[in-house]
Amino acid sequence: MDWEYFLELFLGGITRGSIYALIALGYTMVYGIIELINFAHGEIYMIGAFTALIIATVLTMAGFNQVAIVVIASGAAVLYSCAYGFTIEKLAYKPLRNAPRLSALISAIGMSLFLQNYVLLAQTSDFLPFPSLIPDFEFWEPYAHIISSQELVIIITTAIVMILLTFLIKFSKIGKAMRATAQDMNMAMLLGVDVNLVISATFIIGSATAAIGGVLIASHMGQINFYIGFIVGIKAFVAAVLGGIGSIPGAVLGGLVLGWTESFFAGYVSSDYEDVFAFIFLVFILVFRPSGILGRSVSRKV
Amino acid sequence: MKLFTISEIKKSFFIALWFMFLTFPIMVIRVNTVENEIKWRWENMLFIGLGSFFLSIIWRYTIEKKEAGEKKSETGKSAEISFFQQVVETPRFYVPATIVTGIFALVFPFIFSIYQTNIMITTLIYVMIALGLNIVVGLAGLLDLGYVAFYAVGAYSYALLNHHYGIGFWTALPIGAATAFTFGILLGFPVLRLRGDYLAIVTLGFGEIIRLVLENWNEFSFGPSGIDKISRPGLFGIELSLHGNIIYTYYLMIGLTLFTIFVVNRLKDSRIGRAWIALREDETACQAMGIDNTKTKLTAFALGATWAGIGGVVFAAKTTFINPASFTIWESIIILCIVVLGGMGSILGVILGAFILILLPEYLRAFSEFRMLIFGAALVIMMVFRPGGVISEVRKTYKFKK
Repeated sequence: MDWEYFLELFLGGITRGSIYALIALGYTMVYGIIELINFAHGEIYMIGAFTALIIATVLTMAGFNQVAIVVIASGAAVLYSCAYGFTIEKLAYKPLRNAPRLSALISAIGMSLFLQNYVLLAQTSDFLPFPSLIPDFEFWEPYAHIISSQELVIIITTAIVMILLTFLIKFSKIGKAMRATAQDMNMAMLLGVDVNLVISATFIIGSATAAIGGVLIASHMGQINFYIGFIVGIKAFVAAVLGGIGSIPGAVLGGLVLGWTESFFAGYVSSDYEDVFAFIFLVFILVFRPSGILGRSVSRKV
Repeated sequence: MKLFTISEIKKSFFIALWFMFLTFPIMVIRVNTVENEIKWRWENMLFIGLGSFFLSIIWRYTIEKKEAGEKKSETGKSAEISFFQQVVETPRFYVPATIVTGIFALVFPFIFSIYQTNIMITTLIYVMIALGLNIVVGLAGLLDLGYVAFYAVGAYSYALLNHHYGIGFWTALPIGAATAFTFGILLGFPVLRLRGDYLAIVTLGFGEIIRLVLENWNEFSFGPSGIDKISRPGLFGIELSLHGNIIYTYYLMIGLTLFTIFVVNRLKDSRIGRAWIALREDETACQAMGIDNTKTKLTAFALGATWAGIGGVVFAAKTTFINPASFTIWESIIILCIVVLGGMGSILGVILGAFILILLPEYLRAFSEFRMLIFGAALVIMMVFRPGGVISEVRKTYKFKK
């Protein structure tokens, strides 16, 4: 067995999985609170990537230095994604809070179509080259054949975001309110939790992680267009379900499992059927654990 | 509500400012990374500002009106029924309406051009498969995001049989339906234990698996290049011109759609149909009443798949060319939108939904590049203002006669 190749695939899987996990977080948090599959979440990630690209290009032309560009462009991406997430919730989901669940899903699909075409019309349908925001570190040179410094940055950033998020959910006041709302929205309301604020906060946090994912993956892949949100969105959603939707560690685990599955299968078997295998694996896991790897199976009292 | 108070205008002003901020990078700046050019389009900002100012006034006004209407109906003072619902329920309205629609449908290909007839055939195919999905989603309450897989199975079984063995349309129709039925059962089995959104994602997975296999397995399905020169439907061996054949396909579709409506309508009131509705309302209670959940779910899946299979065969015969690109997840989503937008469980609603969703983008072609934008916005607006769909299903009530 070729251990170096194995290690390469293993780390490649982690890189992919971290991106899925970052985006899956938004799905899982929103689902945990209002039980909505937020189809427009992938589009938020796409808008984050576009904002970063636009701001970075403007700044490069204005002659800023590399570090300032990375910081400002990523900051703008996060800011704008949050703003979009917040606005979408107010426009398309809030009026539907008491409506049948599928209606909200269709509204989300409509929003997703709208945003895709909005970017398509306002920008372009072509693939735009995305500048590599992360430089190659010199000290990492000896290991770069196994994992590039870009991938390293992706993994480390994801880990930091996850840790921060865990602290936020576990210990902050808004985190407590979020957990309470997820358990029982009416009860939380009775106890004085401002549910509207909690839902807005959920969308904002989810959008922020999606934007970070967007910037990282765009600078890793090197090009973006208006359609990238949809495919990655579906994959991230699969990751969220795989881990057990509604559970935050589940989203991370689901993302990693999906990343590894794809990476190993593409590396050892065939890259044509990589997605097929990922979906078969999903079906397989759900058949044996119907509520995901970490999801609790809910037994209902009648 | 007073529309033009100072506070309302102030609110709209801030909303306009918010949207100007929101759309700033994407609407105003356009970068060309190849030639390192930046185009600033400040005029867009003005449009966004003015547009969102007025739209926000209208939006809040209509939302307020809708909420006031909901409160009224809650207190039971005025049971406001929509125009459509009235048409459906009063014989004085629906009898002439059905006759007019029937005559219109019969003479349609002679009044309108071949192009229009072709669009109508497509719409009727969607009506048929949406009625099939209505069984799964609307009646049995199982969210299926991979419905297009069965559509693909039907289309490919006809295309392959025709390509290899020269089998005609009429022989392939039952074969396609049977294949889709079998696939429905095969895919139904593993998902029986799943609930709600887990089911949705597994069906989505199945849809993608089938599409990807069709795309990659070149020896079997000819890969992304697809299969062409599929025979059009035959009429007892009579040679028809292209024009004649399209008209023939149109009537064929009218017939198949009527057949579907008849069957689905009968199914709905049958023992199995009532079991589906019970399953949708409450799985546990349904089981407690002695209904076999497994069997009920499987029949819903398989019967829904059958209609998709038939639709697929007709689709392949109509376009004479198919490739995996016609069976993407967007197709599933559009069909689901038809069902939900039309009104889940309601047959007339689903038919109207198909007409709205298929004809709307078609006639929006005048706005060419904006049509999908408008389509997306229309979905959101429709759902916000009529979350139950155009025609919501009216549950059958039985009254004692004195």
